[in-house]
Amino acid sequence: MATDMKQYGVFDIIGPIMVGPSSSHTAGAARLGLVARRLCGEPVEKAVFYMHGSFAETYAGHGTDKALLAGIQGIRYDDERLKQAYELAEQAGLCAEFVPKDLGKVHPNTVRMELTTKSGRNFTMTGCSIGGGSVCITELNGVEVTFSGERPILATRHTDEPGVIAGITAILYAYRVNIGNMQVHRSDEGKDARMYMELDGDLPGGLKDALERVYGVKQILLLHPGDIS
Amino acid sequence: MMLAKAEEWILYLEKEKKTLWQYALECEAESGKRDRDEIRAQMEQALAVMERSSQTARKEPVRSVSGLTGGNAWKYENYRQCGNSILGEIPSLAAAMALSCSEINASMQCIVACPTAGSCGIVPAAVLACGKARELSREILINGLFTASAVGMLIGSRATLAGAEGGCQAECGSAAAMAAAAVVEMLGGTPRMAFHGAAMALKSVLGLTCDPVAGLVEIPCIKRNASGAVNALLCADLALAGVESYIPFDEVVDAMYAVGKAMPMSLRETAKGGLAVTPTGLRMRDEIR
Repeated sequence: MATDMKQYGVFDIIGPIMVGPSSSHTAGAARLGLVARRLCGEPVEKAVFYMHGSFAETYAGHGTDKALLAGIQGIRYDDERLKQAYELAEQAGLCAEFVPKDLGKVHPNTVRMELTTKSGRNFTMTGCSIGGGSVCITELNGVEVTFSGERPILATRHTDEPGVIAGITAILYAYRVNIGNMQVHRSDEGKDARMYMELDGDLPGGLKDALERVYGVKQILLLHPGDIS
Repeated sequence: MMLAKAEEWILYLEKEKKTLWQYALECEAESGKRDRDEIRAQMEQALAVMERSSQTARKEPVRSVSGLTGGNAWKYENYRQCGNSILGEIPSLAAAMALSCSEINASMQCIVACPTAGSCGIVPAAVLACGKARELSREILINGLFTASAVGMLIGSRATLAGAEGGCQAECGSAAAMAAAAVVEMLGGTPRMAFHGAAMALKSVLGLTCDPVAGLVEIPCIKRNASGAVNALLCADLALAGVESYIPFDEVVDAMYAVGKAMPMSLRETAKGGLAVTPTGLRMRDEIR
């Protein structure tokens, strides 16, 4: 008998309802794209996908490219428009490129996305599809993270000065939201800083508005697991 | 709390005079925030997707995204509609439905992974064909899906449901075990009989490798769904006749896991062995690159 007993729910077995053909190469890829779309916060104009390992080898036959492209347009893995991702991208003026690339010692189903949004901002995300449609996000804008997408993610852009992070965490405390893990990053002193957190439990209403009112906060992005699952 | 062994489940369910589907529904209601009606409603959604995917590719030829496969569900449906099938109405219907679900999967339309996308045709085919044969209500079909989920949860927690870990036996074999148990309970068999059916279905494909051509969920996956569905019906039939598996279900699952672990990597979803590296398999791979 297996020593590590995995726990399954009924719909882990009969489910998910998804666009085929592969939970890891199609459904998981669509979720990664959707996470990226939610976290970059606005429509994407240009996308480069660096495809690693099995993603590089089989992406065309599994529709991994269509799934990723659909995801960054906000299309879910159970939406049959996924198959028309290229046509929809063309209509939306979204230009995408897929580049097979060895990304080093990472999961075989890994993709790195370099996105440029409509307003000209750059956003990068690396993630892998770990089976059954589950995903893991390993990098956001150059910052190493470990997010499952099964818990809420908070991404902030704020001024790089004392007290801003304290203001954000004070609001989380006021709303009784626990922080699972967090990463803070700045590229250049004096420029904006970014922070990424994985939060526990359901998020109370009004949290986003409260966070946006914190001194120094320029942008708040909240990803609810329900957005992508 | 979910018990870890089929033998424990059987004793518990015999004592409580309950079925596997009731147990699966109970466990789900206990673990989550939703009540039974909401859980049943979600299962009905899955059933609706299964009904659609088991029909679409029988009505017209459907090609896969890669272009490697397709049109066989339609071809076989026409043949059996003419009364040519040597299998007879119900097994041939199940085989055609399983082909349809799998072709729909390969063409990037909606399916229900059960337990995986690669094995998505087996449970719907067995459940829906059985339902048609005996004119069963939707409620009973939904019960059958809960029975199937119970067996899948047990295999997943004791062993694996992933081809990359256990080969095709873990995907199509588990699906056939789930489907056999579902049919047994839908037709009034006991939990003990359901597990005998599941054990016999899994035993029949023990050692089955995962060796897809070009790494795609098409060759041989699509046709293995058809044989998995017929395997499930046969083993359900045996169990309902009172035939028992000499090796108990729990031991069959443990054997499946051990066999999966003993399989070389080349036969576990890497496309580096078996049918994937036959001259034809390699040629097909090169053609679609």
